[in-house]
Parts: sequence; structure tokens; C-alpha cells
Amino acid sequence: MSQSELTLQVEDLQTYFYTREGAVKAVDGINFDVKKGEIIGLVGESGSGKSVTGFSIMGLIDPPGRIAGGRIMFNGTDLVKLPEAEMRDIRGKKIALIFQDPMMTLNPVLRIDTQMTEAILAHEKISKEDARQRARDALGQVGISSPDQRLKSYPHQFSGGMRQRVAIAIALLNKPDLIIADEPTTALDVTIQAQILFEAQKLCRETGTAMIWITHDLTVVAGLASRICVMYAGRIVEKGDIDEVLDDPRHPYTYGLIGSVPSRNKRGMPLYQIPGMTPSLLKLAPGCAFRQRCERATDTCLVMPEPQQPQPGREVRCFHPYGGGGE
Amino acid sequence: MQSGLVLLVMSLLVFVGVFAIGNPVDILINPDADQAEIERAIKALGLDKPMWEQYWIFLVNALQGDLGRSFVFNIPALQLIWQRMPATLELAAFAMFLAIFMGLPLGMIAGLKPGSWIGRTIMTGSILGFSLPTFWVGLMMILLFAVYLGWLPASGRGETVDLFGVPVSFLTLNGLSHLLLPAINLALFKLSLTIRLARAGTREAMLMDYVKFAKAKGLSNARVILVHVFKNIMIPVVTVLGLELGNVIAFSVVTETIFAWPGMGKLIIDSINVLDRPVIVAYLLMTVTMFIVINLVVDVIYSLLDPRVRLGDLKS
Repeated sequence: MSQSELTLQVEDLQTYFYTREGAVKAVDGINFDVKKGEIIGLVGESGSGKSVTGFSIMGLIDPPGRIAGGRIMFNGTDLVKLPEAEMRDIRGKKIALIFQDPMMTLNPVLRIDTQMTEAILAHEKISKEDARQRARDALGQVGISSPDQRLKSYPHQFSGGMRQRVAIAIALLNKPDLIIADEPTTALDVTIQAQILFEAQKLCRETGTAMIWITHDLTVVAGLASRICVMYAGRIVEKGDIDEVLDDPRHPYTYGLIGSVPSRNKRGMPLYQIPGMTPSLLKLAPGCAFRQRCERATDTCLVMPEPQQPQPGREVRCFHPYGGGGE
Repeated sequence: MQSGLVLLVMSLLVFVGVFAIGNPVDILINPDADQAEIERAIKALGLDKPMWEQYWIFLVNALQGDLGRSFVFNIPALQLIWQRMPATLELAAFAMFLAIFMGLPLGMIAGLKPGSWIGRTIMTGSILGFSLPTFWVGLMMILLFAVYLGWLPASGRGETVDLFGVPVSFLTLNGLSHLLLPAINLALFKLSLTIRLARAGTREAMLMDYVKFAKAKGLSNARVILVHVFKNIMIPVVTVLGLELGNVIAFSVVTETIFAWPGMGKLIIDSINVLDRPVIVAYLLMTVTMFIVINLVVDVIYSLLDPRVRLGDLKS
């Protein structure tokens, strides 16, 4: 893996929120990288820090949150140290973000063309007419029919799926090197979801755009991503090739997650549940954060386990991983 | 249609109400006058007929655009109001101008920096603007700026210039100095209101996903705030201020009385004092009409600002 192939390299990223009750370690020392044209799945339940990771990369953490440490190397520059003015130039141009809820991401009182062209004009000095042309092409690219008419519409004249397509079109406008998709299909129905997944994959193949797909839905990333990072309580607990992780989970949390996905072979049987609930990040006890919910936990787990590499390209943060022999 | 009905009901209420207050003859006619003279006066004013008949005559005349003659000035009531209206409109417009052009920026600053000293100072100021009674603030301003400092005149309209045939004060320096104190006095409450609305709207909008998305597009802060946030907070501000504009025009009574501003507010107070019935009725009917018109205008502006309330959606 040579350096030039890497679009993004996150090293020991720590994003803390400084509240009155103390620092909430939303993201606590995560490492991962994304290659050119690759789709990475970032999986975890609500509050595991996956969205905060996305916002940290964009430099959009609002106070009281702050990136407390680590590096975010993007095409060779450290985004954490970048001044705001230069960061703004990268935002939307080199790295684009797609949000979870398409009903909320478009400004209700501005026309689609305004919202699209401003994203281009913020980064390039081209004429309004050229910007409009590009906006129209982008709408066509995500499969919106009669884009010329659609440009003059307002967001409320679109359905949810259409709005998410518009949001994706906006992300594509400046042909970014990296797209962070924060649960972009969660609010959509299954058919639309499948279409959008298909288009995302096609896009990465064709343009070499790298993508971080943030989701809590394992079935979504299963067919989409090449590698997967499983997050729990602000840390990556398991990382590896998508097929290897899904077929042969090592971390008890991943194991539980996969066990709780409904499938045809398990018809009629009760689904597996991970006992307990996500711990509060405010009062996180030392040691493995999953230990209270873990069947395999022992006293050794009172110390935070360091990532181990059971095989190349695989990483597990556990003292008692499931051992390589299937379920 | 609906507005016509509102006007009719209003006219009836006012007519009956004014009747109940008292008999204008007692005030209007020289107490030394003999009985015959009084009878003649009553007949001349049409006060000898029963109330329902007076109302009927009033209604018929009103439909022909005649709202009666002032008992006191003996000129048509409508004409009297027309004469006074520019002064009030000017005062109200200037006050609203101050409220909007100071209130919006201040409110947005307070909304963007809620915890900072500047945000807190603005909010404290707006609480004062809300809670101090208008008449007291007016008197204090006269005391400070007109009496002690002698900077600004305390009463009257000053020099006026005709603009499209309507006398206005704000185009001459002297007139502007006369206008300033009453306008600030009248604006104070609206200013506080605008600040609160703008602040609440800004705080709410800043948390919305579309603001974060706009930032994620790499837009400058200025564009995010002045376009994305601003257009959204204008919706509640226009709604409330539209209604307030009607209030300012119709009920600038206190301010006009304190500063002896020759507007409609002062006219209505004077007319009530002498029970100048036609003027009171005409004034209140004018006010109702004005509110109806303002509401219509607000609705139009509203649909310009918020595409979601526009009728006849583009076909999708």
C-alpha cells in the first residue's frame, strides 16, 4: 500500500466534547485509512462516534466539541492543523458530506439551483451560467428526470428519495476525492436505497472517488464496502476486509451485531440480542467498554485491550476474540 | 367579502359604543345657550332622531364615502383624518424602519453569540425595551435630550417639505430632529420584539441540518448567515411585525400625546375628549380597514419568502 494511493489516513483521532459534567470522549483514538476509489464501511450503533468521526474529518465539530488529538492526513496534508480559511476550500470541493435526513439538509426557502450553484461558485470563479450547466448535469447523473425544470423547484416539491439524490448531486458537483456519507439511505425506502447504493458504487468505480459509508446497518455495507470498521463507544473494535469480518467476526460485539441480523436460515428463530445498552460516554469505566455486555469478559478486560492483528489487514481490540473457525 | 362583514359589524359596535359614552351636546354647546338654541343645534347635528335611524343614515352615507362631519371642526371627518394621517404614517414608518434595521442585526448577533457579553448586553437591553412603559421612557427622553442636553426639540413636527403633495418631516434637518425622539420612543418596543424574534430564529436555524450542510459545501460564514439563516428567520419576523405595524399606526396615541405630534393618535384622543362622534367612528373604521390591508400585504410578502405557502404549486 503506497502512500500515494491513500486518500485519507486517520491517525489516533480524538474528538472530545467538553461539557459541564466533564469531557465526553465521542471519538477516542481511532485509526483507519481509505484508499483511492475505495468504499469503507463505518459501522456502529447510535452514539458510537461514527457521525462525529465524519464531522471531525470535515472540520465541522461545533463547540463545546474539539479535536483533542491525532492527525487526519488527507492527500498529504493534516486537516487538523489547517487554518479555517483553507479548510473551507477543501470542504465541499475535495471532501463532500451527505447527511442522514434528506428532509432537513436542503434549505426550505431557497431554490435548488441556488443551493447547487453556490456550492460551485464558493470554490471556482466561473460564470453563473456555467455553474448552472454543471448543476444540471449533476442532477442528470443521479437520475433526476427533466433536470432543467427541477432546478427551478424548491425542496418541498421533491420526495424524500429525490431530495437525497439532490443532496448526492450537490456532493458530486465539485468531483471530490472523498465523500463521507452519513447514513444516507436510512430515511429512504428499500427500493430507493438499492438504487442509491448502486449509483454510489458506480461512481467510485468510475471516478476514483473514495467513500466513507457511515451506517448502523450491516446489510447495507455488506454489498457495498470493501473494508469495514466496527465502532463501539468511540473506538474501533474490529477492522478488516468486509467478507472476512462478516464471515468470521472476532470481536464479541461484532459477533453479536452479525447475530442480530435477520436472515433466511434463521426463519422462525428468535433473533440474537446483545444484552444491555450502550454505555454513557461520560462515565466510561476503564478497560474494555464492551465488557459489561460481553459474554466472554474476564478480569483481564479491566484494562483497555490494545489492537491485535490475528491476520494481515485485520485488527481486533479484544483479549478474548472468537477464534478464526466460523461461528 | 369577509372584510366587508368585519367592517359592518365593527361600525355597529363602534356606533353603539360611542352612543353609550355620553351626549356630545353637553360638551359642545355653550352652557349659556337657551333651550331653543340647544334644540336647533341638536337638530342640525341630527341627534334628535332615534339611534337606529341615525345608524341607518350613517350607513347609507358611509356607502357613498361620507362618514359624517366633525361636530367640532365642521369639516368631513374623513378629511380631518386624511390631514393628520401623513404625520402618523411617517412616524410609524420611521419607527418600524428603526426597529427592523437595528433589531435584525442585533438579534442575529445575539443569536450567533448567545453566551458572549455582547449577546447578553443586547438581550438585557431588549428586556428594558419590553418592560419600561412607553410614556415613562418618552418623558425621560424629553427630560434628558430636550431639557437637560437641549439637543433635540421636545414637541411638534418641525419644518415639513412636500413629497408628492404630502407634507413630510424627515427630509429637512429640523423636521428630522423633531421626528427622532418620538420615533425612537415608538420604536423601542418593536425593536425589542424584533431582537427577540431574530435571536430565537437564528439560534434555531443554526442548529438545523441545512446550515451544517451549507457549511459542508464550503460556503463562507457570511453567505451561510446572510442567505441561508437570514431568509428563514424573516418568516416569523415579517408575520409579527406586519401585525405590529397596524398597532403602531393605529395606537401611537401615547407617543403622539407626549411629543405633541400632530397625528391621528392625538386626533382621536382629542375627539374622545369632546365626544366628536363622527371622527371617532370614522377613525376606528379606518383602523379596521388598515389592519385588513396590512394583513393582506403580510400574506403576500409571506408567500414571497416561504415557497411552501405559495398557492398554485409548480406541477411536480
